[in-house]
Amino acid sequence: MAQQNDIKYIAPVAVDIKKKKYCRFKKSGIKYIDYKDAEFLKKFVNEQGKILPRRLTGTSLKYQKKVAQAVKRARHLALLPFVTDNLKSN
Amino acid sequence: MANHYETVFIMTPVLSDEQMKETVQKFEKILTDQGAEIVHQENWGLRKLEYPIQKKSSGFYHLFEFKADGNVVGELELQFRRDERIIRFLTVTMDKYAIAFAEKRRNNRKEKAAQAEQQPVAEEVVNEESNPVEA
Repeated sequence: MAQQNDIKYIAPVAVDIKKKKYCRFKKSGIKYIDYKDAEFLKKFVNEQGKILPRRLTGTSLKYQKKVAQAVKRARHLALLPFVTDNLKSN
Repeated sequence: MANHYETVFIMTPVLSDEQMKETVQKFEKILTDQGAEIVHQENWGLRKLEYPIQKKSSGFYHLFEFKADGNVVGELELQFRRDERIIRFLTVTMDKYAIAFAEKRRNNRKEKAAQAEQQPVAEEVVNEESNPVEA
């Protein structure tokens, strides 16, 4: 039984060709992330208002730090919520 | 060497338009009295807050961009804390990218305002009311 399971793994699984992620700030040459632009920052948070990880957005470390800083500033100024449901639908 | 700062603050929505302007002037005076140079200011008007602050769900937003020494910021924030009309404030130091961005943003807003003024002129017959408001 164990062998059969192994074989499943060894056999080539149909995988889609992964699209390479890239850092949108590096690519388009954005140097400063504005905390006043809530609509733009909403691209980097999920529906609950949590900051999305780098592994999902592909942002480089340098800019992820800046995104996080900007989101936190926006939250302080009530431009973004700290916690919510259905952020995107609003 | 003066630093470049940007301050956004929120005033309570219970103020009338005049009181709001008075408050803004007060803080403008606090800044200029201490030798700060105001580069730019913006009034965003009444805006809905994403979460309630002091049980208020909206507030008047105002933005100052100014050049000043660091000790001015301490005094400004002390005055913000003492004033009950201010419900939230945030001061950030601007680096060179932020300054460049702010300049670009200003120009964009100016262009947009100019466009908004032009359009009602073009459709004068349709939008007669919107013109006096702009002026």
